[in-house]
Amino acid sequence: MDYRPEVTGRLTELWEGRETGILKDSPEIYNRYRTEAFSEFLRLGIPDRKNEAYKYTNLEKSFGHRYEQYFSPKPGDFREAERFHCEVEDLDVWNMVLLNGFFPRGDEGLAMLPGGIWVGSMKAAARQFPSLVEKHYNKYAQNENDGLVPLNTALATDGLFLYAPKNTVNTKPIQIVNLLHSTQDIFAQDRNLVVVEDGAQMSLLVCDHAISPQHYLTNTVTEVYVGRNARFEIIRVQNQHNDSGKITHTFIHQERDSFASSNNITLHGGLVRNATWHRLNGENAETHSYGLFLADKHQHIANFVKVDHAAPNCNSTQLFKGVLDENASGAFNGRIMVHKDAQKTNAFQSSNSIIMSDTARMDTKPQLEIYADDVKCSHGATVGQLDENALFYLRSRGIDAREAKLMLMFGFAHDVIKNIPIEALRERIDNLVLQRLRGELSRCASCAIQCN
Amino acid sequence: MEKDQDKLLGEVTSGEYKYGFVTDIETEIIPKGLSEDVVRLISSKKEEPGWMLEFRLKAFRHWQTMKMPKWAHLNIPEIDFQDIIYYAAPKQKKGPDSLSDVDPELLKTFDKLGIPLEEQKRLTGVAVDAVMDSVSVKTTFRETLAEMGIIFCSFSEAVKEHPTLVQKYLASVVPYTDNFFATLNSAVFSDGSFCYIPKGVRCPMELSTYFRINASNTGQFERTLLIADEDAYVSYLEGCTAPMRDENQLHAAVVEIVAERGAEVKYSTVQNWYPGDKEGKGGIFNFVTKRGICKGDDSKISWTQVETGSAITWKYPSCILRGNNSTGEFYSVAVTNNYQQADTGTKMIHIGRNTKSTIVSKGISAGFGQNSYRGLVKVLGKAEGARNFSQCDSLLLGDKCGAHTFPYIEVDNPSAIVEHEATTSRIGEDQIFYCNQRGISTEDAIGLIVNGYAREVINKLPMEFAVEAQKLLQISLEGSVG
Repeated sequence: MDYRPEVTGRLTELWEGRETGILKDSPEIYNRYRTEAFSEFLRLGIPDRKNEAYKYTNLEKSFGHRYEQYFSPKPGDFREAERFHCEVEDLDVWNMVLLNGFFPRGDEGLAMLPGGIWVGSMKAAARQFPSLVEKHYNKYAQNENDGLVPLNTALATDGLFLYAPKNTVNTKPIQIVNLLHSTQDIFAQDRNLVVVEDGAQMSLLVCDHAISPQHYLTNTVTEVYVGRNARFEIIRVQNQHNDSGKITHTFIHQERDSFASSNNITLHGGLVRNATWHRLNGENAETHSYGLFLADKHQHIANFVKVDHAAPNCNSTQLFKGVLDENASGAFNGRIMVHKDAQKTNAFQSSNSIIMSDTARMDTKPQLEIYADDVKCSHGATVGQLDENALFYLRSRGIDAREAKLMLMFGFAHDVIKNIPIEALRERIDNLVLQRLRGELSRCASCAIQCN
Repeated sequence: MEKDQDKLLGEVTSGEYKYGFVTDIETEIIPKGLSEDVVRLISSKKEEPGWMLEFRLKAFRHWQTMKMPKWAHLNIPEIDFQDIIYYAAPKQKKGPDSLSDVDPELLKTFDKLGIPLEEQKRLTGVAVDAVMDSVSVKTTFRETLAEMGIIFCSFSEAVKEHPTLVQKYLASVVPYTDNFFATLNSAVFSDGSFCYIPKGVRCPMELSTYFRINASNTGQFERTLLIADEDAYVSYLEGCTAPMRDENQLHAAVVEIVAERGAEVKYSTVQNWYPGDKEGKGGIFNFVTKRGICKGDDSKISWTQVETGSAITWKYPSCILRGNNSTGEFYSVAVTNNYQQADTGTKMIHIGRNTKSTIVSKGISAGFGQNSYRGLVKVLGKAEGARNFSQCDSLLLGDKCGAHTFPYIEVDNPSAIVEHEATTSRIGEDQIFYCNQRGISTEDAIGLIVNGYAREVINKLPMEFAVEAQKLLQISLEGSVG
């Protein structure tokens, strides 16, 4: 039976009650897009496996569940958040804690970090920087047959806003800890906007943690504008329990001479789908997309990447690696698109996966779509096991089979981890991965939830 | 050698499509349109037994419930299926017993195309089944082959003379419900080639089918069924041409291959349907379903294709590797020039243990051509030790064309090793400069480089085809420099 009409029906009910729900204290800048977005969602529907981008991802288990809708946190909700403390040692960052994608001091207005970067909720941003928000909001998100993006545009009420004005440089990375905590099963939608203006720099670390055992489903849309000569880095560390679903859509729009990198490290999560769009809109821009996932049990981890070369002389790389064990399944769907005038493009894409068990599976779809002739594009994909020669090499030097396998797998994963620009975090993740590979960490680090 | 090259150069510079003539021959056609009556009419014209008509009607009824698929990376103008003539046959006396019975106009046509229909030309050593407007005209060397137990004849003859074999294998690889065009073909196919190689026989010559569309407003729907019984071997060639017309003509064929235990089938295609003119007007829509099954252990199917013609090419010659240790291969060169479009590739479905597949695809785009590789490598849970290697390279000549790669890799077994590599680039200026420096013109240099680039695939073709393919490549790319 198709579960989708029922879910769509519930969402429509929600939409019809918008006057007292979603629209309540929501700024006009966001509201103006909602009606059209919702009808767009109704047209596209919840993606099923007939949708090319979701061919290998079945959303039924996550979406079919009956959730409470989550719009605005109540004041009491943040007590948990305030107690949370990130356990990564020596991590020198500006720390911020979000609850279910919402900013705790939403009504207090934006805060300015040393160095001049503004942080706060989307609602506050609409009040404080209306013209800036108007200029960038909903300008980079693309639907491309994915109904979940317009769904977010129609229903999301708040989220995170980050703004680095011209030539500001953040002295430390900004860490956003997004806690999932609730007493009910919830479906949360948050909408984020990051603006890095010309010559500015921002480094962002987003950690997702589930701290209560309820079912969660998050549908996140993040739009990022990277101005001329600006630099933006985002690292996502996803640590959620296996009853949670996390769907992210990140749209990174880059102007000329800019640099951006995205790094998705997925350690745990029932269903995780990270979609990252990189649009290179000006000459000489550079972009990197990395991803690593370690999946076991019945997890499903999907990475979707699209790099859009719309201007000449740009470089891009994609590197995605995954280790799949037990009944886990993984999917990689990457596309490099080189537009007509984007000559002198260099674009590379690589996806490698290791399958550890008979019941794990991996589906890959690396794609190239090229309309310019003076380009160098390549992609490579492998699915297989550890190299027997390498194993033999290690074993012939007296390293036992288990340890040798571990070393090789660690090396395999480290290829992605080494691209994390924050040293303390890099070490921490290396550590987590190693523990995970050793089987010492079948749950999220410091987890109190006994999920399956 | 030098002379050969001069000749080649002459051909290259003379350019356009040289098979574009129309043969003035009396053709028997039925009215335009498609309905159950038309299906019945085709069947009765071919004097088919009841089971064949049943099969056609089943397919037709299913086809009516289907819609034309839209997923390909192609821009296909709306096709009016009621505006096509579904049956056209060169008029001739029933059953030509010898070559002298065949219409001399027809013979001239095939002479012009360089197809040896006369059995005296033994030296060429190729047995030909010539199909014109989807009716088999003449099959050569039948008797010689029959001595070894090989059946090589037109499909309609096979239906009459070997009904048990046809019934056993027809639609066993491509079921009538398979896809829109295969279903349409199942309903209205008019003829094609049938070939059966008995146990342990190694077919001594290349078998070949030559397809020719002649009549206007017609669609060509032929069906080829190739069966290699245990330990048999056959190498099969397929060539095609069509006249130049302003309209688009539909060609929707089905090819089925069955390889039993230890059998090996090599299927080569040089596809040169009329590609349309420089403005993209006219040309053939080549929407073909080709699939082979390695049914028994240790069997092997190898597809080689050189695709230079057709306005739109949309096909995926595939292998189902069911037998243990079976092997599937796919070698392809696809050229799109002017406004040609191609969405082609393969499917390798690994079911048996230790199955191997190799995919080598070379795409060349020039002018406004759009060239896509789309391929599936699927390893099922039980396919222990499956191995695949895929390589897809694209070459871009010009800044208005496109080259795209859409591989699908689905792996459900941990012991499988699947590799995919793809590159896209253009011909290096340094390479052209190197040739120019040595007195080779830019056009020739490109021809040289393209041939080198495609060599890996062309080497897989039988000798006669390889020469033709090389020439074709250069002609197809004529005028694309600059």
